[in-house]
Amino acid sequence: MENQEILLEVKNLRTYFMLDEGTVKAVDGVDFTVRRGTTIGIVGESGCGKSVTAMSILQLIDKPGRIVEGEILLNRGGADGITDLAKLSPGSMEMRMVRGDSIAMIFQEPMNSLSPVHTIGNQIIEAIELHRQMSKEDARNHAIEVLRLVGIPKPETRIDAYTFQLSGGMRQRAMIAMALSCNPLLLIADEPTTALDVTTQAQILELMKGLQNQMGMAVMLITHDLGVVAETCREIVVMYLGEVVEQSDVDSLFHDPKHPYTQALLRSIPRLGAGRTQQLNPIEGAVPDPFNRPTGCPFHPRCDQFMAGKCDVIHPDLIRLSDGRAVRCLLYETEGADHHG
Amino acid sequence: MAENTNGRALLTIDNLKMHFPIRKGVLRRIVGAVKAVDDVSFDIMPGETLGLVGESGCGKTTIGRCIVRAYTPTGGHILYGADDSGVDLARLEESNLKAYRRKIRMIFQDPYASLNPRMTVFDIVADPMRIHNIASGSELEDRVNTLLRQVGLRPEHMRRYPHAFSGGQRQRIGIARALALEPELVVADEAVSALDVSVRAQILNLMLQLQKDYNLTYLFISHDLSVVEYLADRVAVMYVGKLVEMAPTNELYNNPRHPYTEALLSAIPVPDPRRRSKRIVLEGDVADPANPPSGCYFHPRCPYAKERCRTETPHLRTVGPKHIAACHFAEELELTGIPPLED
Repeated sequence: MENQEILLEVKNLRTYFMLDEGTVKAVDGVDFTVRRGTTIGIVGESGCGKSVTAMSILQLIDKPGRIVEGEILLNRGGADGITDLAKLSPGSMEMRMVRGDSIAMIFQEPMNSLSPVHTIGNQIIEAIELHRQMSKEDARNHAIEVLRLVGIPKPETRIDAYTFQLSGGMRQRAMIAMALSCNPLLLIADEPTTALDVTTQAQILELMKGLQNQMGMAVMLITHDLGVVAETCREIVVMYLGEVVEQSDVDSLFHDPKHPYTQALLRSIPRLGAGRTQQLNPIEGAVPDPFNRPTGCPFHPRCDQFMAGKCDVIHPDLIRLSDGRAVRCLLYETEGADHHG
Repeated sequence: MAENTNGRALLTIDNLKMHFPIRKGVLRRIVGAVKAVDDVSFDIMPGETLGLVGESGCGKTTIGRCIVRAYTPTGGHILYGADDSGVDLARLEESNLKAYRRKIRMIFQDPYASLNPRMTVFDIVADPMRIHNIASGSELEDRVNTLLRQVGLRPEHMRRYPHAFSGGQRQRIGIARALALEPELVVADEAVSALDVSVRAQILNLMLQLQKDYNLTYLFISHDLSVVEYLADRVAVMYVGKLVEMAPTNELYNNPRHPYTEALLSAIPVPDPRRRSKRIVLEGDVADPANPPSGCYFHPRCPYAKERCRTETPHLRTVGPKHIAACHFAEELELTGIPPLED
């Protein structure tokens, strides 16, 4: 792996939700790094903690949840240096200056995450004025520029449109425009295309790819769709029940998956072109209830390589393999270059 | 799977139309119509799975709802029955529908919204059998017991409420409810779209197994073309209320004849980084069914559109064995499909 400058380093992140019924360990030991200008995919099924990880990075966790442990090191370079976001208070001025400026985020459902009573222009201009010293007129011109950048036709008039006047794809473009208005170093995209049709999804993915090349930002793409990560990401983190179970480059992950969960996941999706000759092998059972986590390795009740007396007792560490990949499984105990976490 | 293609179709849809009126002004006068389904014809053979695909707003769900007569179609026929007792469901009075509601059942997309949270699993599955006077008392209980086991649920959980079950388990409850009346045709509307990948495969395999065991006929409505390829014998593609192409699954995927089908296939993200395909990115959005473009509805987005497409509406015609498409240039265009996977 090339040694590109590290932009964001998440170390041993734990975000818990203290509920009356008990503690939900939504994120329980997540480590990964994002390099400048690259795309990293975070995949996993619902409830695996991928969205909570993103919200933790931006300190947007609502009570009763909070980050209980870990570091989120953002390297802005230059005079700003490295900041540990986990140490900042969620309401602090410093944290507010990170959100929307260094790190921007786009969400799954643009209708719910844009204001219905403000024009898209006003929403973008507000973000620009918050982070940049600009006159109202310059800010408006800049907003028109970013709307043009994301492929909205006639941005001079569309800037005064309300969200309900736009189609789903156009709304998602408007949200991307808002996120990009301050040239972020990192764009976190949480299921950005899940609510869209396939042809619109193709448009948005192409757009994001193009903008990334143009602006040089890093993208953290959170999705459950293995097809989307295979087409867009260079590096992938697989999560299960709040933990990173595997981190790998995209090619190795799809052609030489290490963790039994990743292997099983890939066997359970239909492969296009294989038609009816293929056999789908589902993973038995369901993702466990968060109040009732299995002992040992959280995947052991569904694992086809379960080792009795081992997997249900020992909680595996994230093991670094010699090729730079990482896997959290006892099968690789002896192969680990060094233990971690 | 559909060996008896020479036999009678179980369901024949003939020029089906479902137009929803648009009303405006204080007098609520009708000023136009949303042509959700416009002149669609196809048939389904007994024991076959027909996949119905298209993007949101193309009318695929409306067709499903017309078949179960949740909507009364504004035109056309829905002929049901492989024997001579065939009836036109589109014209049938509400009071005569009950018998067909037994034979045609539906599985819904959202396993959270489609189960009554105040009913136990037992009541959810038993209710259709009570309504149709099929069983009662201990016989009813035995039947629910068997059904739950068939769909892979533990019968001892039948006194629980839906909230105690996961998404995949709820979808199994919905399938058990659909099977309770021993239906012939099952309309599955996005039945696996809300499920996680690992659970989706379980439900797909369950549907295939049940089809084998009970000789079920499926109309599988979905926007997910990779799932449809796994399940369907034939696939019909819709765009803005019209059928644009229909063919046996392998033929449609390998050799599409309509530019819209080609674009849809090329837009599917392939879970293999070595097969990153060259995507055809369509310009613009799906046309508004209340105000569709002239000529071929797809022409404003079609990369191959010519002058003729703007003025003349193409009709469905045969372009190959069991293969129909509605494109003026279906024979001339060289479209790319999904090459068969080699293993």
